[in-house]
Amino acid sequence: MSASSFDGSLQKWQASVDKLLAKRPERKAQFNTISDLPVDRLYLPQEPGEDYAGKIGFPGQYPYTRGVQPNMYRGRLWTMRQYAGFATAAESNKRYRYLLEQGQTGLSVAFDLPTQIGYDADHALAHGEVGKVGVSISSLADMELLFDQIPLDKVSTSMTINSPASVLLAMYIAVAEKQGVTPDQLRGTIQNDILKEYSSRGTYIFPPRPSMRIITDIFAYCAQEVPQWNTISISGYHIREAGSTAVQEVAFTLANGMSYVQAAIEAGLDVDQFGPRLSFFFNAHSDFLEEVAKYRAARRLWARIMKERFGATNPKSQMIRFHTQTAGCSLTAQQPKNNIMRVAFQAMSAVLGGTQSLHTNSMDEALCLPTQDSVTIALRTQQVIGYETGVTETIDPLAGSYYVEALTDEIERNAEEYIKRIDEMGGSVSAIEQGFVQREIQEAAYKYQKDVESGERVVVGVNKFITNEEFTGERLKVDPIVGQEQAKRLAKLRAERDNAAVDANLAALKTAAQGTENLMPRILDCVRVYATLGEICDTMRGVYGEYQAPVTI
Amino acid sequence: MSKIRVLAAKPGLDGHDRGVKVIASALRDAGMEVIYTGLRQSPEQIVSAAMQEDVDVVCLSVLSGAHDYLFPRIMELMREKGLEDVLVIGGGIIPEEDIPALKQAGIADVFGPGTKTDEIVEYIKANLKRSVG
Repeated sequence: MSASSFDGSLQKWQASVDKLLAKRPERKAQFNTISDLPVDRLYLPQEPGEDYAGKIGFPGQYPYTRGVQPNMYRGRLWTMRQYAGFATAAESNKRYRYLLEQGQTGLSVAFDLPTQIGYDADHALAHGEVGKVGVSISSLADMELLFDQIPLDKVSTSMTINSPASVLLAMYIAVAEKQGVTPDQLRGTIQNDILKEYSSRGTYIFPPRPSMRIITDIFAYCAQEVPQWNTISISGYHIREAGSTAVQEVAFTLANGMSYVQAAIEAGLDVDQFGPRLSFFFNAHSDFLEEVAKYRAARRLWARIMKERFGATNPKSQMIRFHTQTAGCSLTAQQPKNNIMRVAFQAMSAVLGGTQSLHTNSMDEALCLPTQDSVTIALRTQQVIGYETGVTETIDPLAGSYYVEALTDEIERNAEEYIKRIDEMGGSVSAIEQGFVQREIQEAAYKYQKDVESGERVVVGVNKFITNEEFTGERLKVDPIVGQEQAKRLAKLRAERDNAAVDANLAALKTAAQGTENLMPRILDCVRVYATLGEICDTMRGVYGEYQAPVTI
Repeated sequence: MSKIRVLAAKPGLDGHDRGVKVIASALRDAGMEVIYTGLRQSPEQIVSAAMQEDVDVVCLSVLSGAHDYLFPRIMELMREKGLEDVLVIGGGIIPEEDIPALKQAGIADVFGPGTKTDEIVEYIKANLKRSVG
């Protein structure tokens, strides 16, 4: 990399910043430290090395190591997005409206397990699970309550839904229609990442092949009809929670991403049409600088994969835009207030790593569902980082640290090696079917546990500085009556809706599922006439069958 | 001497199996024979597996909050099948105040986050209801 090439990239970056500023000013006219020293937008090496521009480069420029926007948080802070949702749609609606009033800028919907696995609230397997880990949604009627008085053209909504993502997205579109909001105005994300469900999270329904087809149908449909929607959130979060290392998190996530891109290309889609709507989701664990390096490495590696392997030329296809959540698995039931500090450091690593949105966990999550008080502290933690600590005033402040750059290189190199092994197995679908990914994660999880038990790895309050402090705070509990009430609502719905229309639309969906036409319009027709989630998923189960997980232990 | 036989089970719908797999590995390293059911097992499936595999211990793991229904239901079925001599323990995200009711239902003990695997190994050895060996 010659000096003139460095200068060229610098000029290009400056021009992109000027263009942004012409559209919207930064948060402040002048950024200063608390001592009133001026803070520049970007700091660069005095004498850039040969490989600087190619490896580290400039924010908003390939390979995006320093971030995906030219001015990062000087322009706008990340989206503070707390994952929430419990019990009934009406109660969750109340929590969302509270969070929006408190200054939260996006919604994130947690669904209960029956919803995530495509069972109605009155299904036998739903017993004891309704409303427990999220909101129970069985039909459009529930979805209407969930977003009551929330203008869907004004908020962006992230939905943690995978196997039945097509159905929940269809319900969201249908609710918007009733508010007079057109699909092209909708902003948000569906998780829609089935591969990590097989390896790490467990809410799968159908086998891999039909699941990949549903996913590419969603890509194609949204590219036309819901262009601002993030059609997938390729998630390392749960891989990490299941026990993986940071390297494995990057490797398995990007390998899954490659499988989706490959499937979409094989389905005839243009990589630069769906590529910009791919989003990612990472974990923020406790090894602070390793986490910062991890996000930087993931950005660089994905950019190269998209450009070199898939021939993406649109910069937006090459960028990893990602959400981050702090590591639930790092929280301790012992001395739970310590979790506030853990979450703060983890959140800070995500910010220094350039995240686009962030969820901070609540201190009581190793004990119960988070209470309103603990959720508020978690949100305040983000606000303190964003508005008080100063780390947002300059772009990628840790760039150039010998350690962080070396670790970034090392994570990238190790992740690439894993990806190569997965390639040799025929891609991540095969690697998961063979149990390779699951076994790797499991071994890492067991090693971590043994290190904690031997004292090799210190966890404050668990294996060092132990006290007998009892948790005395309030705990949130879901009333078991919720399941019965949902069942009653469903019975009423089934009695009152136009059942002939439901049957006709489910039959049309079945035909579509057996053929090759895009399923999304059919699913939308079904939800509009109040066919339930369970009925729609059962129709598809009838065609596709169910996934049987290999037991890897 | 024959090995202690353990069924590690995931009742309900939650997919969090990191804990149950870590414990299964630890029990195996401690010389026990461990069978893991995989995810999403109904109470009926778990009890039938416990019977077929002739296990001495059942370890149940739930992180979704559905333990208050699932654990007592499993114990009810265990009694119906005459498996009173099987030691049943639980783990997961289980609030302290729920534990007395679970013990009342027949769960011998509940181990929460942060428990050492050694502690569970020792507990099992000390509390078996059948003589093994």
